[in-house]
Amino acid sequence: MRAALKRFARNRMAVLGACVIGVVALLTALSPLLYPAGAFTLAGPPLQPPGMRYLLGTDALGRDVAAGVVAGARTSLLIGLSAALSAVLFGSLIGALAGYYRGATDIVLMRLTEFFQTIPAFLLAMLLVVILSPSVLSVIIAISAVSWPGIARLVRGEFVALGGREFVLASIGLGASGPRIIFRHLLPNCVSAIIAVGSLLVASAILLESGLAFLGLGDPNVMSWGLLISAGRVTLRSAWWVCTFPGIAILLTVLSINLIGDGLNEALNPRLRER
Amino acid sequence: MSDVVLDIANLTIGLPPGADRAAAVQGMNLMLRAGEVTCLVGESGSGKSLAARAVLGLLPPRVGVTAGSIMFEGQDLTKATPAQLAKIRGARIGMIFQEPMTALNPLHSIGRQIEEVLSIHTSLDRRARREKVVALLADVHLPEPARIARSFPHQLSGGQRQRAMIAMALALDPKLLIADEPTTALDVTTQAQILHLIHELQRSHGTAVLFITHDFGVVADIADQVAVLQRGVLVEAGPRDAVLNDPQHAYTQALLAAVPRLVVPQRAPTEPGIVMLESIKARKEYRQRSLFGRGRSTVALDAVSVTLRRGETLGLVGESGSGKSTLARAMTRLLTIDSGDIVLDGDEITRIPQRLMRPHRQKIQMIFQDPYASLNPRQRIVDVIAEGPIIHGLPPAEAEARARELLGLVGLDPSAADRYPHEFSGGQRQRIGIARALALRPQVLVADEPVSALDVSVQAQVLALLADIKARLQLSLLFVTHDLRVALQICDRIAVMRHGAIVELADTADIYHSPQHPYTKALFAAVPGAAWLQKEAAHAPP
Repeated sequence: MRAALKRFARNRMAVLGACVIGVVALLTALSPLLYPAGAFTLAGPPLQPPGMRYLLGTDALGRDVAAGVVAGARTSLLIGLSAALSAVLFGSLIGALAGYYRGATDIVLMRLTEFFQTIPAFLLAMLLVVILSPSVLSVIIAISAVSWPGIARLVRGEFVALGGREFVLASIGLGASGPRIIFRHLLPNCVSAIIAVGSLLVASAILLESGLAFLGLGDPNVMSWGLLISAGRVTLRSAWWVCTFPGIAILLTVLSINLIGDGLNEALNPRLRER
Repeated sequence: MSDVVLDIANLTIGLPPGADRAAAVQGMNLMLRAGEVTCLVGESGSGKSLAARAVLGLLPPRVGVTAGSIMFEGQDLTKATPAQLAKIRGARIGMIFQEPMTALNPLHSIGRQIEEVLSIHTSLDRRARREKVVALLADVHLPEPARIARSFPHQLSGGQRQRAMIAMALALDPKLLIADEPTTALDVTTQAQILHLIHELQRSHGTAVLFITHDFGVVADIADQVAVLQRGVLVEAGPRDAVLNDPQHAYTQALLAAVPRLVVPQRAPTEPGIVMLESIKARKEYRQRSLFGRGRSTVALDAVSVTLRRGETLGLVGESGSGKSTLARAMTRLLTIDSGDIVLDGDEITRIPQRLMRPHRQKIQMIFQDPYASLNPRQRIVDVIAEGPIIHGLPPAEAEARARELLGLVGLDPSAADRYPHEFSGGQRQRIGIARALALRPQVLVADEPVSALDVSVQAQVLALLADIKARLQLSLLFVTHDLRVALQICDRIAVMRHGAIVELADTADIYHSPQHPYTKALFAAVPGAAWLQKEAAHAPP
């Protein structure tokens, strides 16, 4: 693991991405100190351009855009991470069961996975949020519900590839039970692949969340980048800053997470690099 | 003296920092003459393959020639540009690799791949190329060369693929042929044919051959000159008979001494005990389902009946696809047979579910072939060995204590316990695999090619360890191998398998002195270096 960390540190783009995410996380942590009043309170006159007083300007209701971006970072990271994490956990479990037991279990679970994969992800997520009524929890559920199939297929593939390895046969020969082989032997050997793909899921979860919030399907009581863009949409021509800064925040965050994911992928699977 | 084709002078190949030594090859001098086969012999990690790749300019990244020269046709290959090397490779220097399946492109037909070589390096037109391809395939004695040319790599057997590779390597009549363990992945009978073929072609074309191998049997069969490499240093070189019969360097002597002899060692006969493990008419068939109807089916086990008695070692010998591994796995219940019975210590275990199988698992344990794949890379050694006893209900502390004790029994340092598999060599890993099998205190050990992935010197040590443990713990051993030499060393009785059936089963001494079945005779004849080994055995003190 230390060697992998070293390889990661050698990848400049990935380190840059990690720095950007570090700054975003720091802003999130400091937001109560920076903007104690919160993102929904009126801070001044509406549609003020960026300047000394309002760093990123104000929106049509006179709310501080900078406060909104910082508060949105918290939402995006929270939802992105928890949605990706639950998708990884659920997807790994399904993939592990299908890949280890094969046969009928495999067929049933993989058809279920394909069912979720064939429905356009964004539409399904919208539908789920509408059914569950918009809240942070329902957004997390919706995003993980559309994100797990990729992980499930990945883990199943890894399991199928590892299943014929002699150390698995050796464990069966020792009398090990199915769950023991899955959790003690097979999953630890897939961890690097899961981490690499899971980190990319965080980025796509953030994008999905912004999209949902833009359509007004986010939690109405929680500030988010999508919500900011949606609010600034009508004044786009007169007050460009309301939409632009949250947009840049999304772009930077998603790009950085993708860079980190690529870096992790290369660091944990060094063979990819030599090609 | 015939003319020098390749002159390697003072060659040093540097390794990246952090490798186990500074240079893969250190100050190597070697001269190859036309019409001669020079065998470069060494254990894994000795740098023999890197030396060959340096000649071709195909060293892996971050590895490079740091000193010395490789003179070929008046040109120093270490200083040649990639474009110059590309012209030489394939045209002036041919190459054959260990694994023909990975060296051939699976999406192109054999004919097309050989044609490609011709179209890159010659100005022959399409028709002439086609004719030449068929002629080349006929030269390597492939049946129906025109049909083979149209076939894809997966449609050919391993031996046929290697013949096709040889045809490709010799397509342009190169001055030098580099063969990197070309027969290691093949069955003994196929290996004997391929060695014969290389010898024949090399004589008729006057090619110089650099033949890399770890097997002194192969050396005895094919070499004119022998060079021995130890950890990157050339310790001995000379004509074959001189090196084989009168080795000067201690390392060469040790390597030669480790080659398993083709004799039956003197042993006290084992008392035939009660039957521990038995297969009764075991049958296993693999069906390939196709879109239309039934598809092909392969019979892996065809009503095989065999018994293993307490305290004896039974060898299962056969080539790949003979069903020997399938039988070993069926008898340990790692796979379920279609019909017939498996009886372990009086209990029928043929069809009981895995969960109920657990108490029986304690009696029978398996040792696997591949020391790299058979240990979980993410488990500490002590956890690997202690896992079995823990599964069977021993408290973890006691299981760990037993694991540490076993490390001593298999000849490993107690400090090995807290390390991970990748820190160990192949031989050490195989010892760990043996310790894991012993941790459950089984009565029957099934060893599936436990030494085939190891160097000869390590092979001898692991075999000795297995024999010693078996005798000390009164175990019964089912020993699967493709190598008759190894089987003769360790087994009391030998069963020869072919096409899923046992063709001959007899005491080791009987099968050695008077093999009955023609296939057994063929196997004995194909043992690499059989003639040399027999001569050795005759000279050796009784």
